[in-house]
Amino acid sequence: MSIILDISKVDMVFPTPKGDFTALKGVDLQIKKGEFISLIGHSGCGKSTVLNIVACLHKATKGGVLLNNKEVTEPGPERAVVFQNHSLLPWLSCYENIELAVKRVFKNEMTPAQMTQWIEHNLNLVHMDHAKDKRPDEISGGMKQRIGIARALAMKPKVLLMDEPFGALDALTRAHMQDSLMEIQQKLNNTVIMITHDVDEAVLLSDRIVMMTNGPAATIGEILDVNLPHPRDRLALAEDPEYNRLRSEVLTFLYEKQRKVEAIATPTKKQKQSDVA
Amino acid sequence: MTATLSKKTVGAQPMSIKALFTAFFTTKAKAIILPSVGIVCFLLFWSLAASSIDTSLGKFPGPSAVATQISNLIDEHNTEREKETAFYIRQEQRNQARMAKDPSYEPKTRAYTGKETFLDQIITSLLTVLSGFLLAAIIAIPLGIAIGLSKNLNMAINPIIQIFKPVSPLAWLPLVTMVVSAVYVSPEPLFAKSFINSLITVTLCSIWPMVINTSFGVASMNQDWVNVSKVLSLPKLVHIQKIVIPASIPAIFTGMRMSLGVAWMVLIAAEMLAQNPGLGKFVWDEFQNGSSQSLSRIMTAVIVIGLIGFMLDRTMLQLQKKLSWDKSSAQR
Ligand SMILES: Nc1ncnc2c1ncn2[C@@H]1O[C@H](COP(=O)(O)OP(=O)(O)O)[C@@H](O)[C@H]1O
Ligand SMILES: [Mg+2]
Repeated sequence: MSIILDISKVDMVFPTPKGDFTALKGVDLQIKKGEFISLIGHSGCGKSTVLNIVACLHKATKGGVLLNNKEVTEPGPERAVVFQNHSLLPWLSCYENIELAVKRVFKNEMTPAQMTQWIEHNLNLVHMDHAKDKRPDEISGGMKQRIGIARALAMKPKVLLMDEPFGALDALTRAHMQDSLMEIQQKLNNTVIMITHDVDEAVLLSDRIVMMTNGPAATIGEILDVNLPHPRDRLALAEDPEYNRLRSEVLTFLYEKQRKVEAIATPTKKQKQSDVA
Repeated sequence: MTATLSKKTVGAQPMSIKALFTAFFTTKAKAIILPSVGIVCFLLFWSLAASSIDTSLGKFPGPSAVATQISNLIDEHNTEREKETAFYIRQEQRNQARMAKDPSYEPKTRAYTGKETFLDQIITSLLTVLSGFLLAAIIAIPLGIAIGLSKNLNMAINPIIQIFKPVSPLAWLPLVTMVVSAVYVSPEPLFAKSFINSLITVTLCSIWPMVINTSFGVASMNQDWVNVSKVLSLPKLVHIQKIVIPASIPAIFTGMRMSLGVAWMVLIAAEMLAQNPGLGKFVWDEFQNGSSQSLSRIMTAVIVIGLIGFMLDRTMLQLQKKLSWDKSSAQR
């Protein structure tokens, strides 16, 4: 299969008041069409930064991103983003939130009737057709995230970018959302990059798991191929040896190789001396 | 709640005094009773205090004096209107009579020049404050949006705002008066000069809170919404229309309410100072008049000014409730 997205030797340096901060160093990743990639790593390592560079919400200090062999320089709907805290516009209904995107992306390709149909189709896809006229503050967190996903899908993106889409949800809702996402992915076969800090979620959903080292100067540590057959069922997989092998590989990477050093737990030299004295 | 509950559980037994009390003081009843209690207490205190203050123009007016003046002022208004109609009827009759005698006679019509009543002055002040406020909003909101969107523009304009914001618009008044009488010269002016003076003064003081609040609302907009707009690559104007303006509506309304409050206060002072028609002039004229009724008429004006200010703010609040998506910011 062809490479659709090429993240090529990306460095990211943030200028801060205390001097430059190198967040990413040499991040290099090629993604095939229809692949579901999850990006996992400890909090603060630079996952969102990678995603924002692909979306062009940040500009890489070095290197760049190629979509179908063309460098991307501006944000655009062909790289739709599902943000962590849904980011629906609170003054628009669910329907209107999606409509804003559809009108913008397909203004020359669809008639108004086709647009209406397309918006309702996407609402159906995430099982939210019953709440289309509600405002975001009238629906639950999981529902908001569904609308956020529907809005992104309605743009027919070449690459779908998701930044911890289920991070703010409770475990039960999260499992529901994962099942929904798998169902949608079976139908649409999108190219997806999803950030997560949930190991089960990564193994359940992905074709490849990209594991990032800790920052500063974070980069890709290991890449794990997930060759479990689709459709996947979370209950059946619980006893699958391959599933458990993959799961423990990710856990080993996160909690042994990239063990997060807790700054609070390690006393400084001065404190030690005073403890002794 | 408590009352109905206890009624069910206690059954046939009569409700306790306490249960009756709580039933009576439901939140809804409270909303009516407590303000009424407050007003009654104030009226009592006012009439007591008034009866013990003596001025060179007699006793300080209490609530009853004000009540009498209200009906006086309305009567005066009605009499004045009757005089006006009578004047026009007489003029018409005179003209007709002369036309009958001499067909070549060109009928002359003069406008009635009676004195403006209290009610006229209220209308004048209201019209002035609303037009000045509207003009300020037309300038301030686009300017605030531009400043909020552009850090550079903000850096350029901010010092000017900071310097002019604390200036009382009354200090501008002499300058405004002179400039208006020099620049605004037309044989048949659409608006009176005094109206233009008051209007510009009101505008000058209403602009700043609106500019500052609008630009703050725009600049502190949720970054996620900006990112949504970027991902959709909305054109600049659509971005402003669909994202920026709705996002900053709550802040814009906060600014508008502050502005309108300040505008109303400043207008009355400006009318007093410049002798421009309006409630301020009414107060000043009564003060100069110095009759035994003056103080109670001024007190009436004070209360009416307060009521109108309150009403203006409530109107803005209703408008905000209607237009703003953020209902929580439109509570008080
Ligand atoms: N705009 C910025 N300016 C300075 N530092 C930033 C900025 N954005 C992110 N960082 C830093 O870069 C690192 C990676 O952040 P991020 O990509 O948000 O991590 P995460 O993996 O949790 O999504 C963090 O240490 C963060 O403090
Ligand atoms: Mg993040």
